[in-house]
Amino acid sequence: MDRVEILKTYKIYIGGAFPRTESGRYYTPLNSKGDPLGNLCLSSRKDVRNAVTAARKAFGSWSERSAFNRGQIIYRIAEMLEGRKEQFMLELQKQGSTKADAEKEVVLAIDRIVYYAGWCDKYNQVLSAVNPVSSAHFNFSTYESMGVIGVLAPQATSLIGLVSLLIPAICSGNTAVLIASENLPLCAITFAEVLNSSDVPGGVVNILTGKLDELAPGLAAHMDVNAIISESLGSMEIGIAQAAVENLKRKFTYEANWMSEESQSIYYISDCLELKTTWHPIENIGGSSSSY
Amino acid sequence: MKVPISFNKLPNSPSIDKVGVEERVARFQTRSIKNESKRQGLDLVLSMIDLTTLEGKDTPGKVKQMCYKAHHLHDAYEGVPNVAAVCVYPSMVRSAKTALIGTDVKVASVSTAFPSGQSTREIKITDTKFAVDEGADEIDMVISRGKFLEGEYNFVFDEIASIKEACGKARLKVILETGELCTLDNVRKASDIAIYAGADFIKTSTGKIQPAATMQVTYTMLMAIKDYYDATGIMIGMKPAGGISTSKLALHNLVMVKEVLGNNWLNNEWFRFGASSLANDVLMQIMKLETGVYQSSDYFSID
Repeated sequence: MDRVEILKTYKIYIGGAFPRTESGRYYTPLNSKGDPLGNLCLSSRKDVRNAVTAARKAFGSWSERSAFNRGQIIYRIAEMLEGRKEQFMLELQKQGSTKADAEKEVVLAIDRIVYYAGWCDKYNQVLSAVNPVSSAHFNFSTYESMGVIGVLAPQATSLIGLVSLLIPAICSGNTAVLIASENLPLCAITFAEVLNSSDVPGGVVNILTGKLDELAPGLAAHMDVNAIISESLGSMEIGIAQAAVENLKRKFTYEANWMSEESQSIYYISDCLELKTTWHPIENIGGSSSSY
Repeated sequence: MKVPISFNKLPNSPSIDKVGVEERVARFQTRSIKNESKRQGLDLVLSMIDLTTLEGKDTPGKVKQMCYKAHHLHDAYEGVPNVAAVCVYPSMVRSAKTALIGTDVKVASVSTAFPSGQSTREIKITDTKFAVDEGADEIDMVISRGKFLEGEYNFVFDEIASIKEACGKARLKVILETGELCTLDNVRKASDIAIYAGADFIKTSTGKIQPAATMQVTYTMLMAIKDYYDATGIMIGMKPAGGISTSKLALHNLVMVKEVLGNNWLNNEWFRFGASSLANDVLMQIMKLETGVYQSSDYFSID
């Protein structure tokens, strides 16, 4: 008797668990040949809320981990992804990539994660400064994580785009709510499985699938989200920007070819950081001055 | 007016069908609450909260700050009700009372060697009288769970009766600490003892033991109140405390109170929530309904 192949159910990822959308809705994106990619959760505003709550809850302990430890965990994501390279390549091919392009994309994603893993305990030394001031103070500026980052994954890629925006956002101690590419969502959920098995604490990354124009405005307006990062959003751009104004969210849009080696840098990390400047008095006895 | 009866007139408590309780409780959680009712429900929840701080590190300053919050829940938005009461240790009653002059917020004090209740009757009575003399409007006592589990029901009954006497005009809430009573049968038994011994309110938990105010436990206690009301026509209040930190759970509790006891209990004279972090969650939900935008705790007062 022929075996009936088991189709995978792609569920969303919130707080380290894989629930279905609370709305009970689903959608079926097609690839360019017209084949269905699978049944995916059509997430709702309430899923966004639940994801933000989970991300906020995870923020405290994730941001308080040592930078070195976060680096280890990010590196672990790359290790786990390497082990599931074939699966990601098959999914990319199902979504329309050639085999060569698929392999290139997965390998680049792994390398990019390793790249940001390396930055975890180094970006602060590079970006921070001791500033010259004309009074008896040490004055230094250092970077701190922001909180919850809303990531609208690039629409044209399934894997490399989301890795390129998500990993620099979380490697500094932020937590994230990511909305997957609407028409190429498979790798986002499989990537959630990678995160789930790679020491990343539940809630640090939360991944939703569904319609961008339904989910993004709620995420952008949410008072507990500190920044929104995305590619240029076209006609949605102004609405998202206006929604983000209420709590003065940071908002960054990037134009990049994510398959290029150039599309990774420390500035993707620093955009999701807040600068803190501290004045520390120096006791200056007898006029001896410091070189600061 | 309620007259305590003697222990030997206490009726036998019915045994509780745990599976049945769970099923009924699950149904309370499926009620659809539309925005307008939700808004009213949230205001009602706020007005039923006993804002609580029961920590070793409490100071008069901390209590004063909490009392300010009790009648200034969220000044950024007008029309938010005050909470029902603040709940503090006896040594903090005077500070709370002073801070709440001119408001309708009551002061509740825990007593009887809270939270363990492991002390002598004499000390417990002194503890209670001290709190009342300091100005407490309500007394939250704990029962002796050890004695209860040993089967010394008459001891527990007499203890509650003697504390009721020490309360004078203050209303008495009796904390069963259901997390230590192990079974719903015991919860029902302890509820009956407390009600017949003179409790004005029965309360689930101290907040120091998990599990605390689960809906199963609260439902069992509400049924004890209902049976007593059916038998005597006298109302007893209910206060779930501990673990109710979200608006959703609080609204589920209100649904349960309405469906078990009816509208007469849907006010802060007869129903309270013992909570510290619930108020902010309710406020955030109210502001969500008012503004249409999900809120952040960054813009609300610290608990």
